[in-house]
Amino acid sequence: MKNLLRYIITRILLTIPMIFILLTLVFVILRIMPGDPVSAMLGAHAPEEVIEQKKEELGLNKPIIIQYINYMNKLLHFDLGESMIFKQKVIVPIREKLPATIELTFFGMFFTLLFGIFPGAYAASRRRKGRDFAIRIYANVVYCIPVYWMGLMLQLILGIWLGWFPIAGRVNARILVSTFERTGFYTLDTLLAGNLYAFGDVMLHLFLPSLTLGIVLSGIFVRLTRANMLDVLKSEYILSARARGIPERKIVYKHALKNAFIPVLTMLGLQFALLLAGAILTEMTFSWPGIGRLLMERIYLRDYPTIQGVIVVFALFVSIVSLIVDILYAMVDPRVKY
Amino acid sequence: MNKPILEIKNLCIDYPISIGTVHAVEDVSIILNKGEVLGLVGESGCGKSTLGLSLLKLIRPPGKVSGGEILYRGKDVLKMSGSEMLKFRGQNIAMVFQNPLTSLNPLFKVKDQFLETIHYHKPEIKQEEAVRMSENILESLGIDKERMHDYPHQLSGGMRQRIMIGLGLIMQPDILVADEPTTSLDVIVEAGFIDLLNRLRERFNLTIILITHNLGLVAEIADRVVVMYGGRIMEVGSADNIFSRPLHPYTFGLINCIPNIELEQKELITMPGNPPDLVNPPPGCRFAPRCPKVMDICKEEVPEVKEYNGRKVACRLY
Repeated sequence: MKNLLRYIITRILLTIPMIFILLTLVFVILRIMPGDPVSAMLGAHAPEEVIEQKKEELGLNKPIIIQYINYMNKLLHFDLGESMIFKQKVIVPIREKLPATIELTFFGMFFTLLFGIFPGAYAASRRRKGRDFAIRIYANVVYCIPVYWMGLMLQLILGIWLGWFPIAGRVNARILVSTFERTGFYTLDTLLAGNLYAFGDVMLHLFLPSLTLGIVLSGIFVRLTRANMLDVLKSEYILSARARGIPERKIVYKHALKNAFIPVLTMLGLQFALLLAGAILTEMTFSWPGIGRLLMERIYLRDYPTIQGVIVVFALFVSIVSLIVDILYAMVDPRVKY
Repeated sequence: MNKPILEIKNLCIDYPISIGTVHAVEDVSIILNKGEVLGLVGESGCGKSTLGLSLLKLIRPPGKVSGGEILYRGKDVLKMSGSEMLKFRGQNIAMVFQNPLTSLNPLFKVKDQFLETIHYHKPEIKQEEAVRMSENILESLGIDKERMHDYPHQLSGGMRQRIMIGLGLIMQPDILVADEPTTSLDVIVEAGFIDLLNRLRERFNLTIILITHNLGLVAEIADRVVVMYGGRIMEVGSADNIFSRPLHPYTFGLINCIPNIELEQKELITMPGNPPDLVNPPPGCRFAPRCPKVMDICKEEVPEVKEYNGRKVACRLY
């Protein structure tokens, strides 16, 4: 337990230089990129002196290195600064929109595992049979499909033609969010408020975006699980279990899958960044008010501090998830010790 | 004479591969009597492990039995249904494999692997009873019952080997198939293992099939020996006869290859040539190309296994 704590602390300390490097890169790239917040706000035909005045107001007339030092100094005091476009602290929209993204990625991950791991394990147990080929084709196809196209198709089929699911937003406009909103996690808030009707509506809204994200990412997990399962099914402990008369279903889904899951879990930690990237596109497609959409909007506006702030949050998110994955790892595999 | 417990009749096993078919086991007949230890010897790739696996119907696809029968107390194992087979494995026959280090699932405690095995065979047995059964068998194998709560990686190779045997014997089968059980053990653990097999044999009235290329091990505990070469039986006889008066030139060569520290030989004696290609086997005797006593007819016709002085041998010399 003490070792685990030490491991967690080391990992957290390691994220600090990571965020520092990432942020430096983003900081520089944003300022090299054509366009800036002032021209985004005032347009191309604004008088020179107005532009200069605005630049001075935002501190953009100072040398980049000074801007950088000022920004980092604030960050060290846990201050993400203020938006250059809106009179608003950067942390405000992030705090408001982060729960939506966490909910989306959480359910997206659920669907990824559901459509990735079980079909992968099943395909391995039916190697070279018809269903194996069918599952492998599924995996390759969904792997190639762009997230937004998948989103559009699901919106069209399940949302519009069949009319089963809403295609945009987090909750029906007729449900007053203020009646239950507390943490920002609507699934949790509606349950805490005991509003089951609203909970159902929130889940319905969550379904299509997380399904989109889950299906697209499941392809990689089908292939990974299948490959690992094939390896594990060849191992001597599986042969031994068969020789003891353990039923085949238990051998595949208990003995083999648990072993094959270990590398999949590692991959899950690594793929989480991809999941977030997918989440940005999903949020755009489904008008999902998360930080992915916030990031896109603010990139158009060249709102430097907000973009940087969202990147910091993404980086933290990814490192927290990979830390959780590492801890889970030790729980699944008794041979791993920290 | 009592009825044989296991009868293998004209068994053939094929593995289709891209360039043809590997005839891994061809026309093998073996009779196994209750309580005996049968040594199955031969070099790597002679089909002995495949034969062992086929007794539990565990040949890896695309390999398949292409002919013959395996009768357990008169019932054909190869015709058993799926659920009969699950009962047969574990309750009537058990198999332990080459590498004890990789034969236990690393993610489950020893105890869970025992309880699971008992549960699938006898769901009516209560957990406490199952734990007691497992403790008993572990103690009879010389393992402290506290080790039940360990994961496989916390145990030594010898312990894992004994646990494997314990898992095999927990449902009290009559037959134990041991496939190269000592290959990865050091000599001291191996000696302990021989001792253990002998004790188990008495205690559980076990019939043991010992698949190995370790002739020393066979000499130590086998009653009868089957010598295989290129998927076929070359010679069957009592361990005494096989080792002191081998009939088949192959058996003779095999025994000659055992280094003897007492003789003043400068070099290891080896057998010239390579094991036969099992996709396109030689038309006659499998051993003919390497045989020092080869005759013309050996290269044309496969010799039948025949009786000779109360022993069995497949060679034209007799």
